[in-house]
Amino acid sequence: MLEIKNLSFSAENEGKTVDIINDISLKFDDNKFIVITGPNGGGKSTIAKLIAGIENVTGGNIIFDGTDITNMNITERARLGIGFAFQQPVRFKGLTVFDLLNIAAGKSLSLSEGCEYLSEVGLCAKDYIKREVNASLSGGELKRIEIATILARNVKLAIFDEPEAGIDLWSFNNLIRIFEKMQSSDSNRTIIVISHQERILNIADEIIVLADGKIIKQGTKEKILPEIIGTQYASDLCKKLS
Amino acid sequence: MKEIDAVQKRLLQEVADLHDVPEGAYNLRANGQSIGRNTTANIDIQSKPEGNGIDITIKKGTKNESVHIPVVLSESGIKETVYNDFFVEDDCDVLIVAGCGIDNCGNQDSQHNGIHRFFIGKNSRIRYVEKHYGSGDGSGKRILDPVTEVHMDCGSTMEMEMVQIKGVDSTDRSTIAELKEDAKLIIRERLMTHGQQKAFSTYKVELNGDGSSADIVSRSVARDNSYQKLDLCIVGSAACSGHTECDSIIMDNGRILAVPSLEANNIDAALVHEAAIGKIAGEQLTKLMTLGLTEAEAEEQIINGFLK
Repeated sequence: MLEIKNLSFSAENEGKTVDIINDISLKFDDNKFIVITGPNGGGKSTIAKLIAGIENVTGGNIIFDGTDITNMNITERARLGIGFAFQQPVRFKGLTVFDLLNIAAGKSLSLSEGCEYLSEVGLCAKDYIKREVNASLSGGELKRIEIATILARNVKLAIFDEPEAGIDLWSFNNLIRIFEKMQSSDSNRTIIVISHQERILNIADEIIVLADGKIIKQGTKEKILPEIIGTQYASDLCKKLS
Repeated sequence: MKEIDAVQKRLLQEVADLHDVPEGAYNLRANGQSIGRNTTANIDIQSKPEGNGIDITIKKGTKNESVHIPVVLSESGIKETVYNDFFVEDDCDVLIVAGCGIDNCGNQDSQHNGIHRFFIGKNSRIRYVEKHYGSGDGSGKRILDPVTEVHMDCGSTMEMEMVQIKGVDSTDRSTIAELKEDAKLIIRERLMTHGQQKAFSTYKVELNGDGSSADIVSRSVARDNSYQKLDLCIVGSAACSGHTECDSIIMDNGRILAVPSLEANNIDAALVHEAAIGKIAGEQLTKLMTLGLTEAEAEEQIINGFLK
């Protein structure tokens, strides 16, 4: 279980201190699919980065499975079983998709194991496994590889920061299928997704709406989704793309 | 063949991936003298009359054969310049593995300068691998100043892999090439310097024949207080295409000067250069750390991948 207590984060901007996250407390139960939505600049991505240790809190505590991880660095949190999929995946000259999957798995994978993760995210494994994770890959391809690294890590807590950003409709449909599969597996894994896509919100157990660094709504999908549908907090990517 | 000791064996593994005497044609040179040689029906190796190098002749139509000519120096204070000429006749397809390993535990400088000239016949394909490696904890320097000269006849292809990853204190390498019609030259250089090392690498490739092409990609890493100067030049004097890419990572107090240059002397010459120098991107480190690596492990993975 993940618990955040009185979490705050502020940053310097043009000499002024700006509060990005303002005294938030939340509990994320095991085996739940939680979507955090809200307007741009409301603090969604920041909260995800604070949990993974990519940003450091300015106040409050983060407790993961009973351990206070507030002062742990990214590596230590990753080793406890926290995975983070970036909104804009990073490119590496020279590192191949297979290298990245091996690093993610923390062991030497067989080629067929590596290929399985790629097949999971809808990539033709033999075309991609030896490719470099460089600028020759499209945004959608990178995004799927990013998700494959999370699958290879088999984490207890998986955080996806706007996974739909920069991907095509086909990849988006595939993404929904991957989330459904991850959720239905018996791994007791908690998934936190930062997104305002209606179809991702629709498969959530719980929805949190964040604005101006504060929680403005929180509850089950059945309660929250009808309240926000059609607003900027729950938009329809398929309509936008078609 | 004379016995080789453990240090020489290790050096041979590093520079030529040799665990034993190679198959096919070879000439092994250790501490200033030839210690083993083999020729085949198609590949002849002769010492130069002056005694300062070898002539390697590869007969017309030789295919799927290899030549290994590694050099190892394991005694401190040896300084030598060796002239090796490769005469590759028409229609060959051959692998040539060169390279030099220096182990210097003494206080005198050890230096090997390999001057390699290639005369590649029509429609021949050569794959050339040259690795340089240094080890030993003496105060004497390990110095390598190779010169490679390539003359390519019509329709020939040469792929060169030049690698210097570790332990060479000072290097000043020069590679020049001239290409006739439809000849194709591909160069992949990987260079890493550390400590107080200095490396200079200069390429000058002249595309003289219509349809000729060159693709030179140099990837390098400068760590600690090391310095590199990379000078990549392509001259296009025909309907040709040329591409140079110089991609470098700097770490610590490392310094790099990249000087890519292009000269077009023909309206149909299409030449491109790219050069980039920078430190490891913070987001790359962050990504690998979210996969469970420490910062130092992440750095190592990024460098290994970059120089692979």
